[in-house]
Amino acid sequence: MVVIRFIFDSVREMFRGPREYWMWLLALSLVVLFGAWRYSEQITEGLVVTGMSDQVSWGFYISNFAFLVGIAAAAVLLVIPAYIFDRKDVKDVVLVGEGMAVAAVTMAILFVIVDLGRPDRLWHMIPGIGRFHWPVSLLAWDVLVLSVYFLLNLAIPFYVLYSRYRGKEPNFRLYFPFVVIAMFWAISIHTVTAFLFSANPARPFWHTALLGPRFIASAFASGPALIIITLQIIRKLTSYHVSQTVIDLLALIMTTALQISLFFVGAELFTDFYNEGAHAASIHYLFFGLGGFSSLKAWIWFALALNLTALVILMIHPLRQRTVMLNIACVMTFIGIWIEKGMGLVIPGFVPTPLGEIFEYAPTSVELSVAAGIWAFGILVFTLVAKAVIAIEQGKLSCPPEEQRYTL
Amino acid sequence: MSNNTGSGNGGGKFDQARRNFLRGIGIGTAAAVAQPAWGGQTFQDTFADFFQKDYRRMSVDEIEAALERIERKAEARYDVEIDCQNTPPQPGVVYGYAINISRCKGYRDCVHACVKENNLGRDSQMQYIRVLEMDQGDFNLEHSDHYYEPETVPVEGKHYLPVQCMQCDDPPCVKACPVEATWMEPDGIVVVDYDWCIGCRYCMAACPYWARHFNWTVPEIPAEEMNTNTHYLGNRPRPRGVVEKCHFCIHRTRKGQQPACMEACPTGSRIFGNLLDPDSAIRYVLANKQVFRLKEDLGTEPKFWYFSD
Ligand code: SF4
Ligand code: SF4
Repeated sequence: MVVIRFIFDSVREMFRGPREYWMWLLALSLVVLFGAWRYSEQITEGLVVTGMSDQVSWGFYISNFAFLVGIAAAAVLLVIPAYIFDRKDVKDVVLVGEGMAVAAVTMAILFVIVDLGRPDRLWHMIPGIGRFHWPVSLLAWDVLVLSVYFLLNLAIPFYVLYSRYRGKEPNFRLYFPFVVIAMFWAISIHTVTAFLFSANPARPFWHTALLGPRFIASAFASGPALIIITLQIIRKLTSYHVSQTVIDLLALIMTTALQISLFFVGAELFTDFYNEGAHAASIHYLFFGLGGFSSLKAWIWFALALNLTALVILMIHPLRQRTVMLNIACVMTFIGIWIEKGMGLVIPGFVPTPLGEIFEYAPTSVELSVAAGIWAFGILVFTLVAKAVIAIEQGKLSCPPEEQRYTL
Repeated sequence: MSNNTGSGNGGGKFDQARRNFLRGIGIGTAAAVAQPAWGGQTFQDTFADFFQKDYRRMSVDEIEAALERIERKAEARYDVEIDCQNTPPQPGVVYGYAINISRCKGYRDCVHACVKENNLGRDSQMQYIRVLEMDQGDFNLEHSDHYYEPETVPVEGKHYLPVQCMQCDDPPCVKACPVEATWMEPDGIVVVDYDWCIGCRYCMAACPYWARHFNWTVPEIPAEEMNTNTHYLGNRPRPRGVVEKCHFCIHRTRKGQQPACMEACPTGSRIFGNLLDPDSAIRYVLANKQVFRLKEDLGTEPKFWYFSD
């Protein structure tokens, strides 16, 4: 069976490399183990070890979830130019982008699971033996679209790589329909995640039609930021060819998306603050504090400053074309949006509570450690996938010619 | 296990003798087969708990087996013999509640009666009812004081607003739940199956009245304070990691009694009754008083009204 051989060879490739590579894997694994150990604390003690409360019932976990769905969706920015506009340079790296999507969805799902009070009852969601409240519950929708997106991003690269492995060109007609589906699906995962929040009139801060567009815009800024950095790292560490034109294209997309994203933030601020009604309480809490509580204030201004500085760098062409400056802008955008769309979006939805109580939230060391573990796991998944992808794409990994004629 | 043994006269009514008999068998077999050391639970019970179906899909036998497990668990955990029942909704009844806010003095007797009646965690200090203190003439919830000092009430120039689950007729919490662990019963009470809830807390985000509460820890209840008259969908001891809320004292009201908060109120501000009965007190209030509901603009159709004399 060539498939088994393909999987076997790929896995072997994942764990082949110089000492530094092994150290990297080891370091990530240690963080994962540390996170798992802290998670076991949460399992034995209950969610009481987190900073969450009846007042602020979602926290750092769901914040990271919302952000990561955006990163996953951003893979579409490579998929579209690669498959629809048939750009050769982008096609070379599109599988890396899809690998990133797989890692990001994995992390997003893990963040939801660690947030559950009863992870042992996860099977209650499986249609048939459980009760899957679809299509009514937006959370059911989110689970559905994320799982399918995960599978799409596994299946397409699997097929493409498998063909390469056998020394064949993948049959474009065969996988193109799936690419088109994956494209729309990418938009859907992030839109549904936005709807998960905006569907709640109980939470005026989230209950705005702008939330969906805002999510997409900020994802298309933070996603490319991460891809640009990652591609440069790959270019540095491997002999894999990453064309500069890809990075230029992503930088341009990122600039536009960041402009739109900041415009949306401005529109939101205007609408809420011009006539400061009851709906403005949460946003007031976020930006200026409320009733003497203001733990998010410094963070959101910091995020805004990061995003604005990044935007200035990106909009001045000579600056953007300097690699160092571009990288600074990427890091700024990534962190800025992580704050704005993570904690900056989730927490104010709960402050004040629907009964007007102001209660603050701060993540505990358990939450931070578990989150670090999940991020390390995601990076680990990405490293392994990227390692195999690059080897196959470079033709270093292929099956012996005598087996290439078999179809399976 | 007990389910198979007892299917002979399933469908019959609650039968104490038979259940005691089964309880004996349950413990006996468990001791023979496995160490009863799973957090004070037998292996069989843990196994059956894990695979327990959701309330609305359990057969009569399965529900009865579940009730027995609940009683055994309570005994192991709290050292109390409780009676967990499954009283069905009465036909032709939909409950509604109304509060006379010009009478309410903010004593919080309802709050404390509710905590006792419904076996709420004492250490977690969970309370289904919140009484808000606001300035006379002000109705902005954001100006309300949730933690006013009980000894000083009623304070001159203040008014009081008790808030609890409104048993919405179009409940956003029910729509939110990804596993249908929360739903509206035929008598209008929105309930939670504590054995089915996965603890995602999406319903808490969706509720506009802050009526849903989460068990961040295992609720601690002193044995002598445990209310042993319990209902599967109501005040039975709850596990950790699930959501709970006011259920209009389902174990009392389905038997024609008043909710504990109404019984406890010293001012007679609380009026509870059957909305489908034209002669009920609640219908009188709705027909003759100026009533309003909280956040009516959200379209959740609360079955909980406020009025003043
Ligand atoms: S008040 Fe909240 S918990 Fe009660 S039915 Fe309405 S939405 Fe659900
Ligand atoms: S916390 Fe429980 S009842 Fe609430 S939405 Fe999640 S599964 Fe449903």
